Amino acid sequence: MFQSRIHGRGGQGVVTGAEMLSVAGFMEGRHAQAFPSFGSERTGAPVVAFCRIDDKEIRLREPIQDPDCVILQDPTLLRLSDVTSGLRPDGYLIVNTTKTFDDLHLRALVDKLPPGHAVIVPATELALKHVRRAAPNAALLGAFAALTGLVHFDSVLRAIHQAFPGKVGDANGAAAREAYDLVRTQENASHERAALA
Amino acid sequence: MTDSTHAQNPAPSLKYYQKGTFTVGNRLVADAERAVQSSPERSNALTSGHRACQGCGEALGARYAIDAAMRATGNDMIAVNATGCLEVFTTPYPETSWQLPWLHSLFGNAAAVATGVAAAMRVKGKKTRVIAQGGDGGTTDIGFQCLSGMFERNDDVLYICYDNEGYMNTGVQRSSATPPAARTATTPALGPEPGNVFGTGKFVPKIAVAHNIPYVATATVADLHDLERKVIKAMGIHGARYIQINVPCPLGWGAPSSDTIKLARLAVECGLYPIFEAEHGRITAARKIRRRIPVRDYLILQKRYAHLFRNGEDDPRVARLQAICDAHIADYGLLGDDEA
Amino acid sequence: MLKQIEGSHAMAEAIALCRPEVICAYPITPQTHIVEGVGELVKSGALQNCEFINVESEFAALSVAIGASAAGARVYTATASQGLLFMAEAVYNAAGLGLPIVMTLGNRAIGAPINIWNDHSDAMSMRDAGWIQLFAENNQEAVDLHIIAFRLAEELSMPAMVCVDGFILTHAFERVDIPDQAQVDSFLPPYDPVQVLDPENPASIGAMVGPEAFTEVRFLAHYKQRQALRLIPEFCEDFAKTFGRAAGGLLRPYRTDDAETIVVAMGSVVGTIKDVIDEMRDAGEKIGAVALVSYRPFPVEALRDILKHAKHVVVVEKCISVGVGGPLADNTDGALRNLRDRPKLHSAIAGLGGRPITRESLKKLFHDAVHAPWIGPFFLDLNERVVGREIHRGRKVRRAGSTAENILKQLALASHLPPG
Repeated sequence: MFQSRIHGRGGQGVVTGAEMLSVAGFMEGRHAQAFPSFGSERTGAPVVAFCRIDDKEIRLREPIQDPDCVILQDPTLLRLSDVTSGLRPDGYLIVNTTKTFDDLHLRALVDKLPPGHAVIVPATELALKHVRRAAPNAALLGAFAALTGLVHFDSVLRAIHQAFPGKVGDANGAAAREAYDLVRTQENASHERAALA
Repeated sequence: MTDSTHAQNPAPSLKYYQKGTFTVGNRLVADAERAVQSSPERSNALTSGHRACQGCGEALGARYAIDAAMRATGNDMIAVNATGCLEVFTTPYPETSWQLPWLHSLFGNAAAVATGVAAAMRVKGKKTRVIAQGGDGGTTDIGFQCLSGMFERNDDVLYICYDNEGYMNTGVQRSSATPPAARTATTPALGPEPGNVFGTGKFVPKIAVAHNIPYVATATVADLHDLERKVIKAMGIHGARYIQINVPCPLGWGAPSSDTIKLARLAVECGLYPIFEAEHGRITAARKIRRRIPVRDYLILQKRYAHLFRNGEDDPRVARLQAICDAHIADYGLLGDDEA
Repeated sequence: MLKQIEGSHAMAEAIALCRPEVICAYPITPQTHIVEGVGELVKSGALQNCEFINVESEFAALSVAIGASAAGARVYTATASQGLLFMAEAVYNAAGLGLPIVMTLGNRAIGAPINIWNDHSDAMSMRDAGWIQLFAENNQEAVDLHIIAFRLAEELSMPAMVCVDGFILTHAFERVDIPDQAQVDSFLPPYDPVQVLDPENPASIGAMVGPEAFTEVRFLAHYKQRQALRLIPEFCEDFAKTFGRAAGGLLRPYRTDDAETIVVAMGSVVGTIKDVIDEMRDAGEKIGAVALVSYRPFPVEALRDILKHAKHVVVVEKCISVGVGGPLADNTDGALRNLRDRPKLHSAIAGLGGRPITRESLKKLFHDAVHAPWIGPFFLDLNERVVGREIHRGRKVRRAGSTAENILKQLALASHLPPG
C-alpha cells in the first residue's frame, strides 16, 4: 500500500488533488481511497487530504500517519505544523515552491531521504501560467507521477480530465505535463550526478 | 392596510337590526343567501357523536369549514390534523367522526405533513386537495415554523386555524393568540397585573399576508355563511392559503355554552377580531361592523376577564383593550355606513 | 458499474435508482452531499417522477416525509447529529405510524460542545424509536444497504435508517460498484402500502390510543422488528443473487472460527479492526471480529452463537451513554446474559467526536483486554493528563468555567501555539 498525504490551504484544491490521485489509481485497476482531514475549514485555512493506493481492498480508515509521500502545496505551512511528520525513511517529498530546500530549512530532512526522492516544483506558477488560477494540485500530481512512478502520467491526465471536463481540464493537464517534464529532467540530472559521484 | 374606503364588504347588503340576540335566522334571508346548514341534504364531513364540549366553537367551525371544502372538491380531499382538542374529540378510536381521509401526526407539524401529502398527490398525478388544520397553539406557537415554511414555498395546502385563544386541550393555558389581560391557567388573575401580559401581539393572519400567499382570510363562527364562502373561495385557488376562524371555547373563556355564537359575534362587533380577506399580500376586503359595541360589553360576559370588573369599577386595562379595538377598526376600515 | 466516487454521491445514485417519489432535504454536515446529489438528479431530469422539497428544518423534513409516505409515496430523507435530535419527535412518530420511510444518517457527534465529526451518538439516541438501524462498513455497503432498506421498510411497513459514518465514509472517494436500474427494479418491487390516505376509501390514521391497546400496539412493533431478523438475511441472500455480491446481513463474522478473543463493532471502524486482526493472527493470536450490520433489530441469537465459544469479547463503540457506559456493550452483554460459561466482556469507547481510531491503539486495546483487563468502559486514547488537570481545577475553584474551553486552552498551552 502506498500512502500519500497532501498539505495545503482551503481553496488550493487539496481535497480534489487527493481525489484525482485516487481516480488515477482506480483507472489502473487498483484500489484507492481518498479522504480529507474533515473539518469546517474556510478558504485559506490549513487543509490535509489523504490518498491510499493498493492492489487489494483498502479497509483501513485511520488518517495517514506514516506517509510514503508528502505533497506540500503551501510551504508557509512549515511554520505552523509538522507537515512531514511520520514520512517514511524511503518516502518522497514534493514541495510547491520557487525557493530551495535550504531556504525552507528542509535540507536536513531531504538528506535523510534516498537521493532523488525530494523535489521542488513551482506548481503555483505553472497553474497561473496554464490555468490562470493559483490551484497547484494538478501540477503537483504530474510531479507525483514523475517522482514516484506509482501511477502513469496518462492516468493522472485522465483523472484530471474527469474532474475538470473541457478547457479547464486541458489547462490543468498542461500544467501537470510541464511539472511532469520538469521533475523528469531533475530526476535524470540527479541520477547522472549520482552516477558520476 | 388598504384604504378602508376601497375595502369591499363581501357580505350581502342585508341590514340586520334584530336587537338583543345578535343572531340572525335563515328565515330572514332570501333562499339563495341561506346557509347550507338549513338544508337537510347538506354533506357532513364531521359526523355527530364526537366528544366535543357543549357549545364548542371549534367543532362548529371545523364542521362547516370541512363541509364546504368537501363540497368544493367533490369529496376528493385529505385532511391533516395537528394534535389538539379537534384531533382528540373527533377520533375516540375505534370511532371517528371524519368522513374523509384524515391523518394526525404531531402537534407542531401539520403544515409540513400536509406539504408531504400534497407532494405525493402531485407526483402521482392526482387532483386530490389537501387541508391542514389545528388550533391556535398548534398554529401560532409550536407549528409556526412549519406553517411559515409551507407558506413561503407556496405549497398547495389550505391551512385552517381554529383560534380559541389558548391551549384548551391541555387545560386552558396561554398561547401567543391569547388576548391581553385574559386569565388562563398559566396567566392567573393574581398580583398587580392579573391575567395575560400586554405584549406586542402575534396576529398570524397578518404574518400570512406578509408571505404574499394567494389567499388569507379570517372568519368567525358567528357568520357561517361568510366562513363557507371563504373556504370555497380558498379551494378554488392553488398554492398556500390560510384561514383563521375565531372559535369561542365555553370552558376556556368561562362562558355559558349557549353564548358561543353571541361571543363570536361580539368579538367582531367590538373590533377585537377583525374579519378580512387578503390576496397576494394585499388586503382586499374587510367585514364591516354591523353595530359597534364597546369592548367592555364583550369582556364582561367571560369569566377569563372577570378580574377586570371587580370592586365596582373597571380596571384601567379595559381602556387599553378598547384602544386595541379602535386601532383594528381604523387599520382594517371596519366601520360600515351605519357606524362610520 | 465500477466507479471511483465519493461515498455521498454513490449513495445519491443508489437512492435515485430506488425511484423515490418524494425527497425532503435540510442541510446538515456531513449528510449534505447526499441530498445535493439526489437534488441534482431530480433537477436535471435524470430522476423522474420525484418531488424534491427544501424544507425549513429537520423536523419539517421528516414531517413532510410522514405526510407523503402516508399518502402512498416512496419517501427518502437524510440527516445527522443535531438534525436527528431536532426531528426526534417525528422519528418516533414515523415508526409509531408504521411508515416505511428510508433515511440516511451521516453519523456525527452531538453537542455541546458542537462537533461536526463522526461518532455514533446520534444513531444511539434514537435506538429505541422503532426504526430499523443498519450500519455500513464501507461505501459499497452504504450503497447496497439503501436498496435493501427500501425493500425491508416497505415489506414490514416500518421506517429504516441507514447509518453511514460521517466524513469517514460520506466524504471518502473509493471504488463502488453502482448497480444498474434493471437490477434494482428486479430486486425492489413498486411500493404497495398497507395503509394509505385515499378519498375513495377514507380512513382516519393517527388516533389516540389509551391503556386498553397501547401495549398491544407496542408489542406488534417489537414483533415486526423480530420479523426483520428473518427478513434481513433473506433479502440479503436475494440481493446477492441479483447483484452478484454479498451485502448487509444481520452481522458478519471475520476469522472467528477458533477465536478466543472476538471484537464487536459497527460501521467503518470494522475495516481498521480487520487489518489489526490480520496482523495479530499473523503473530499467532487467536482473534476475530464481528461486524454488526443490524443494530435494530438487535440479532441476539446470531451474535450469541458466534460469541459463545470465545473467552473474551471486546466491544469497540463510538458512543458513551453517560452515566452507564457503552450501549452496544450493554446490548452485547444482554445477548450473552443466560450463557452458563460466558466470555468476559470488555467495553471500549473510541472515536468520539472524530478522534482517529488507529491500528496501534486497537492492537494495544485487544492485547490489554486479555492481559490487563479493565473494569467498566475504557476510553481509548484518553488524554488522562488533561482530564486530571480539569478535575483538579474543578475541585479547587468553584467558578472553574466551561470544561470544553478549559481543555482547549490546556491543549493550546501544551502545543505552545496561541489558542484558537
